[in-house]
Amino acid sequence: MGSITLQKVSKVFGEAKVIPSIDLEINNGEFVVFVGPSGCGKSTLLRLIAGLEDVSSGHILIDGKDVTDAAPAERGLAMVFQSYALYPHMSVRNNIAFPLKMAKLDKAVIDKKVADAARVLNLTDYLERRPSQLSGGQRQRVAIGRAIVREPSAFLFDEPLSNLDAALRGTMRLEISDLHHQLKTTMVYVTHDQVEAMTMADKIVVLNRGNIEQVGSPLELYKSPRNLFVAGFIGSPHMNFVTGTYAQSKNAKTAGIRPEHLGLSKDSGIWRGVVKVAEHLGADTFLHLDVEGVGQITARCDGEFGAYHGDTVYMTPDETKLHRFDDKGLALRA
Amino acid sequence: MARNVTTRHKITATVAAWIVALIIFFPILYTIITSIKTEPEAIAGFSLWPSGTFENYITVQTQRDYLKPFMNSVILSVGSTILALIIAIPSAWAMAFSPTKRTKDILMWMLSTKMMPAVAVLVPIYLLFRDFGLLDSRIGLTVMLTLINLPIVVWMLYTYFREIPGEILEASRMDGAGLWQEIVYVLTPMAVPGIASTLLLNIILAWNESFWTIRLSTTNAAPLTAFIASFSSPQGLFWAKLSAASTMAIAPILILGWFSQKQLVRGLTFGAVK
Amino acid sequence: MATQNTKTLARLMMAPSVLLLLIWMIVPLAMTLWFSFQNYNLLDPSNVSFTGLFNYQFFYTDPAFFQSIWNTLVIVGGVLLITVIGGIAIALLLDQPIFGQGIVRILIISPFFVMPPVAALVWKNMIMNPSYGVFADISKFFGLRPIDWFAQYPLFSIVIIVAWQWLPFATLILLTALQSLDGEQKEAAEMDGANFLNRFIYLVVPHLARSITVVILIQTIFLLGVYAEILVTTNGGPGYASTNLAFLIYRTALLGYDVGGASAGGIIAVVLANIVAFFLMRAVGKNLDR
Repeated sequence: MGSITLQKVSKVFGEAKVIPSIDLEINNGEFVVFVGPSGCGKSTLLRLIAGLEDVSSGHILIDGKDVTDAAPAERGLAMVFQSYALYPHMSVRNNIAFPLKMAKLDKAVIDKKVADAARVLNLTDYLERRPSQLSGGQRQRVAIGRAIVREPSAFLFDEPLSNLDAALRGTMRLEISDLHHQLKTTMVYVTHDQVEAMTMADKIVVLNRGNIEQVGSPLELYKSPRNLFVAGFIGSPHMNFVTGTYAQSKNAKTAGIRPEHLGLSKDSGIWRGVVKVAEHLGADTFLHLDVEGVGQITARCDGEFGAYHGDTVYMTPDETKLHRFDDKGLALRA
Repeated sequence: MARNVTTRHKITATVAAWIVALIIFFPILYTIITSIKTEPEAIAGFSLWPSGTFENYITVQTQRDYLKPFMNSVILSVGSTILALIIAIPSAWAMAFSPTKRTKDILMWMLSTKMMPAVAVLVPIYLLFRDFGLLDSRIGLTVMLTLINLPIVVWMLYTYFREIPGEILEASRMDGAGLWQEIVYVLTPMAVPGIASTLLLNIILAWNESFWTIRLSTTNAAPLTAFIASFSSPQGLFWAKLSAASTMAIAPILILGWFSQKQLVRGLTFGAVK
Repeated sequence: MATQNTKTLARLMMAPSVLLLLIWMIVPLAMTLWFSFQNYNLLDPSNVSFTGLFNYQFFYTDPAFFQSIWNTLVIVGGVLLITVIGGIAIALLLDQPIFGQGIVRILIISPFFVMPPVAALVWKNMIMNPSYGVFADISKFFGLRPIDWFAQYPLFSIVIIVAWQWLPFATLILLTALQSLDGEQKEAAEMDGANFLNRFIYLVVPHLARSITVVILIQTIFLLGVYAEILVTTNGGPGYASTNLAFLIYRTALLGYDVGGASAGGIIAVVLANIVAFFLMRAVGKNLDR
């Protein structure tokens, strides 16, 4: 069990309203990702759920029970911190066993659970080491191990991969997703990286300045962003925003077209652009173009397309995949 | 070629460094050597080859009762340090883990009490000690040394405690540890190294404090500083014995000091240089 | 709620040290201030009376006062000069790769752990004694007349002793700072064509500036109060030739029994120390924000 409900939750630090008021429903077993730029309040929101910060007003319910005033330990949640927060003076074994010792379980039970967790996380050979003797990825797994042995009703992750290098981040992303499929426990995951959000989440919560911009599955957010902020934040490379005559011809203030939805040709199209930079990734190539009367445009094309700095390229937006926004930045539905 | 230059450079630097080090260490070395000379040898001109007698050490004990000031030094330095730690740990803890807007001001103010020149309060302290019958008492001196070093102790502990990451405490709270368990299982083990180095440095400072210990004691409570200072009035030729007494006075703290080099920098600069 | 409780607890935990230091600071200082306006002699304790600024005037007109201020400045300035320059030089030397670095460090740091009376007595008897000291032996070796250090150069002798005690401190701190200098920065400067002297002036000195400030200020605090070294060597003499302000106050108070006069001197010492403290606090305080 592990459903979390936020009712009109707000948080004020001194003068600063970090979170004005948020309502959110997290269902049992869901993998929910809070994503947004730094300072959007996503970490604060997670810490409010954890109980590490007191809410200024509103209520937090876990499995229908009001835990607004409960201590962190009483909420039955486990958290993985950005810095991993391992106990430096304890061996890996004792780090993982610590929450079980606090729960005053039998020694035999503790040993078994630690052994199980170590096996799942490939830590069996490292149980007697100190955290300082481990690599970044191993520390990360210890932190996860410490969280899973408690069999919490939900896991909270606070930017857990931001201290790892790119390759390891990819691996750990898979491991965490895999873990979620095995355990089927609710996970709440905070990140500023939209790639992590897209690849891992069942449900993404996009936050900006303490407000929820949109909630939905990765594909919903990708296909129908509710406003300019979400449209610009989700997707990589970012969506192109075009204003002026082209947008007006589509009855919008701003027209949005993703780089992958531009048809490219060497001889004809409605936009004509000059390649400023071509990023060849192999399978794909990202073209950064200067387009007359439109401005800077990023286009994604097949690696075989063969365009280089200074080449002229023609583009045609795929009108069925066009996003239109009004003067308030809200999406217009067809 | 490059390696040759590097090796030659290293040898030159090594020779220079050892010469400088030996010159600086020479007075201590010579004191130790003189302490195992006979008195006539000690004044017979420069010599690094003593006859190797331990007579002086025995004489210092039998004639001047060395053990008594030594014990006083131990009691005063260890006693005042422990007392200071007991008072300082809770404050440093509070300032490091629940800082307020005024924490910084309080720390700076504490440091400022350390700046007060001792002589400025010599008269009132002397009179107060006299009136309360604390002159030449171990209790009086222990209290004195505690107060003198309290700001440094608070500061050192504060800088150590502040390095304990807050996330670890939060992790232990998430893991179900109560306040007491948090202190016993997580905080204390992480704070012990800092407390130990503070203890070490403060014992050194208290052991060597040479204003109040000399002025406020005469015989009963006199630690080694006062004991050695009493040798300044000449009583014939006594250099070998003086050297023996000096060697014994500095040896324990010299060895402690070698172990605490790193902490010394940090402690004496109030964390400004690490 | 919880946060409020923590705050109350934190205040309670801080109370003992704050109160103790408050008492320790206020009571004796207030007494000193009070005494400084009194005519109070320990030999005649029944006859205490208010004298206004007489003690200050007395102190101020005493020729020993200016001599002692001058001597204080010479000790502070002389020791700082020797320790800072010597400290930088030795720190640069120790920063090189050398054999037996650990032992060299231990030898160099050692004088700092020697208690002041021992340091002073060792130098007075074994090193600087005009008949039997090591310096005298060296002079004789070269056929020169040995110098009677404490009679001819009493103040300079004390500066040497105190500098010997503090040189390790300066060296150790500057070495620590030097070692924190980013190796890549040095290599970048080398690639940019900077020679040793250029690297020293443009890279090392600015990097050390803060540590040098800290060394100067902290040493000054301690050097203003040099006492034991004077007591066991020259006892302030000959005349007042090696009496600093601290020693003069001690003389006035416990040898002259003049409580009022000594207290006036004490207040002057506080003012002096506060000027230095002001700068030290700013230097240390900046570090807190980092």
